[in-house]
Amino acid sequence: MTHHRRFQPGRVLAWAVLLFFMLFSLLPIWIMFKTALTYPKDVFTSGTSLLPAGTTLLNFERVLGLLSAHENYILGGTEASINFALALRNTVIYTGLIVIFQTLFSAMAAYAIARLRFIGRNLLFYMFLSALMIPQIVLFIPNFILIRELGWLNTFAGLVAPSILFGPFSVFFLRQFFLQIPKELEESARIDGASFFTVFWRLILPISWPPLATLILLNSIQMWNDFFWPFLVGRNSHVQVLSVALQFFQTQTPEGIPDWTGLMAGAALASIPVFLLLLFLGRRVVQSIQFSGFK
Amino acid sequence: MPQAPIPTSAQISVQPRRRRLKSWLGQDFTPALTFVLPATIGFAVFYLYPAIRALLISFTDWNLLTPPQYVGASNYQTALSSSSFWHSMEVTALYVLYNIPIQTILALLLAVLVHRISRSVWIRALLLVPYLLSSVVAGLLWLWILNPELGFLNILIAHLGFGSQPFFGSTQQALPSVALTNIWQYLGFNAILFYAGLQSIPNEVYEAAAIDGAGEWTLFRRITLPLLRPVLVFVLVTSIIGSFQVFSTIVVTTQGGPADATRVIVWDIYQNAFQFLKMGYASALSILLFVVLLIFTILQMRFLRGGESDL
Repeated sequence: MTHHRRFQPGRVLAWAVLLFFMLFSLLPIWIMFKTALTYPKDVFTSGTSLLPAGTTLLNFERVLGLLSAHENYILGGTEASINFALALRNTVIYTGLIVIFQTLFSAMAAYAIARLRFIGRNLLFYMFLSALMIPQIVLFIPNFILIRELGWLNTFAGLVAPSILFGPFSVFFLRQFFLQIPKELEESARIDGASFFTVFWRLILPISWPPLATLILLNSIQMWNDFFWPFLVGRNSHVQVLSVALQFFQTQTPEGIPDWTGLMAGAALASIPVFLLLLFLGRRVVQSIQFSGFK
Repeated sequence: MPQAPIPTSAQISVQPRRRRLKSWLGQDFTPALTFVLPATIGFAVFYLYPAIRALLISFTDWNLLTPPQYVGASNYQTALSSSSFWHSMEVTALYVLYNIPIQTILALLLAVLVHRISRSVWIRALLLVPYLLSSVVAGLLWLWILNPELGFLNILIAHLGFGSQPFFGSTQQALPSVALTNIWQYLGFNAILFYAGLQSIPNEVYEAAAIDGAGEWTLFRRITLPLLRPVLVFVLVTSIIGSFQVFSTIVVTTQGGPADATRVIVWDIYQNAFQFLKMGYASALSILLFVVLLIFTILQMRFLRGGESDL
């Protein structure tokens, strides 16, 4: 480790620069929480103070729909009812359905492509891969039209349909892993008379737990924060996910005087699950993301 | 490989055709069909079919209310001769130029720093926080921080004597402000990807070079950068493709304004399709975007030799 010792004098500077970057990354998030905890009327005077003038959970109560519209209005919010509790539920449904089923169906396809012998296997794989190349917006226009033709606008069916059966990255990611599993493992099971389904369920899925967990984590983060597609087909408040609800809340606030404390409370609420994830699975999250770069 | 019981001679003579069919379809055709069926339906209905349909719609005039009218290539002609399309392309390109160099250089610097001074997973976890948030949250956050009257950063700038800045509200500063928002969100993420690349470079390479008396900058230029190239190309290609498609930040912060200063191509397509209901024209624009990205990706892979590693 000679080069480590050589550059010791630069370490102070290096730490200073790193701390600056940490501050750049985290200060905005601190301001989000600070604003969310500030009384609505104090927001005009709190300025650059790093602590809220008087801490309150009022804004969280407001955006969770625990106060009446009138109380809300008096406090400086809008009369429009905002219900992030419902949006929170919708986001859980949206994320959960897609992550569970896309992972399962993609794993099945990835296993067949990695292991089974059938005609058109490579063609199918390259077609699946090509899906990664197409910009979202190209597909969103005809997919929106299709969902509209099916009468699925503003339903969970319409929201999850395009992603629930197939995800190009999921198939690609799992295929890479399945290819590395020694063939002998499955072959001995096959000789014992196990079907491919038994092998897949009882052998392949259990030993693939680490990459499956990585994929589930990456997909969960992505779907939880997803905006564009839900913004197109899920505008009705019954199916609105958090990111869409936040954007709508923003457009509802009176022109010129946005309800900043309410908005920041909503933004904080939408972000809390991700912070919990980082708190409990921090190491796993970091490793998963580091791994995602090596496609 | 004993996959199936050995057939008797009687079975062979009775089922030659089926055997031939089976060897043509592949030994595991039947189970494979079941395994790939759900994903293949998903791919066919929501990727392949819409891709073809997007192309077909782009040759029509369609407002969703009356049946589509075939108009040939006129949507493409209109787009290529309209100033609004070229304006959007210019804004998008400018945005990529604001975004990518700063983001990539800072992320590289950050990755090298973290790699050199701390292996703590928590430092990396904290740097990842902005990436883990929704881009809607990120947009709202910077809209608030850069707010001309009440924003934290703006008050700070005013205290330093520069006067309050309009940021998202001015034609000059809006696009850089959108870039700032996205640099903030993706800096840590890109740094972590670079960090992972740095970890894969064996320490002995550095030690050997250090013994030869190579300085810090030489080490970085001669060793780190070339060995990091595959990761660098991956990050560059994906983040440029992502930047070309910036949308949610625009929805939250500027909606293409002020005075079309942030009218990026995807916002343009979105408005044409979902606000003006010009499905044909919007589809043509989206196909043009696809072509631009495709050419760009191929060129980048060529010039940067992304597939090869020097390691």
